[in-house]
Amino acid sequence: SVRGPRVAPVLPLRFSRAISPQAAMTKLGQWLCGLALLGSAWAALALAPPGLRLPAPYREALLPLPVYLLVAFGCYSLATVGYRLATFNDCEEAAAELREHIKAARADLRRRGLRL
Amino acid sequence: MAAHGADKFSVLLPTYNERDNLPLVVWLLARTFQESGNNFEIIIIDDGSPDGTEEIAKQLEKIYGSDKIVMREIISVPFSSGTAYIHGMKHATGNFIVIMDADLSHHVSLYFIKQKEGNFDIVSGTRYKGNGGVHGWDLKRKLISRGANFLTQVLLRPGASDLTGSFRLYRKEVLQKLMEKCVSKGYVFQMEMIVRARQLGYTIGEVPISFVDRVYGESKLGGNEIVSFLKGLLTLFATT
Repeated sequence: SVRGPRVAPVLPLRFSRAISPQAAMTKLGQWLCGLALLGSAWAALALAPPGLRLPAPYREALLPLPVYLLVAFGCYSLATVGYRLATFNDCEEAAAELREHIKAARADLRRRGLRL
Repeated sequence: MAAHGADKFSVLLPTYNERDNLPLVVWLLARTFQESGNNFEIIIIDDGSPDGTEEIAKQLEKIYGSDKIVMREIISVPFSSGTAYIHGMKHATGNFIVIMDADLSHHVSLYFIKQKEGNFDIVSGTRYKGNGGVHGWDLKRKLISRGANFLTQVLLRPGASDLTGSFRLYRKEVLQKLMEKCVSKGYVFQMEMIVRARQLGYTIGEVPISFVDRVYGESKLGGNEIVSFLKGLLTLFATT
């Protein structure tokens, strides 16, 4: 759809969405673009189409790279969540304070006429 | 609009069956505001609770004054946080809006200080940073919380550490703008607000809060909740 005067009139209509500041890419879009970029780079280098041959050791190393990265990310995720779980604060003082407040609140409100 | 230097805080409290918690929350809020010398009002938006929440709210109105406690009732079919806030905002006279659940009220004053410090558009409570935290949670609940938050951070990169927290302060204009743009329901709505706020370039400050488990009433974290969270997260991933 046309985005209005912000878009230079010389640009073809189908590009106006990408350029308009309001049509920022969704996160999904960003991921797909990123994966497409990395994926094609990997395919180009590791699968070795004719005309772009790296020495064999490099190709062999690159081939399983996606799987390695996935596993690495999995380990990172587990480690991070585990660490955050272990360091999740238990707010004892806050709970105690709240209990005190509740006692004071009930007493005060009763004094002021609240019938619970 | 409030005059410069005369900030007024409107607290929106959507309630459903909060008969026991409501007076405590109101008392805590009123005391915090009075201690910090801020002008305030508390807007209670009740969804026709059958347990007498409305009656309690009316009593509180008598105790604190009808300029401080405003009672609104919605008996609409889809009572989501969204409709409650829209309804509540219509009657809000403050220039700052505080959104919170009626089951937690903690260290409200930190929010004002933080807002003044950085002149933020939004101040959000976080359980995951600083000395923020929880109380009364078992290991399973903590694991699910951390796991869900990790997933959210990876997928949405929201720039805030706690998206599903229930305690936020907004400038009134900022909240109005965000309400126009957000379409989700329930707590996914809260997540969407922060994500959109970042996209629109609003500044977000974070304050550690202690989430003490519900004093009365039950907390819900079943399989259904998890599934709906994932659905909401994926929807946000694909649409924002």
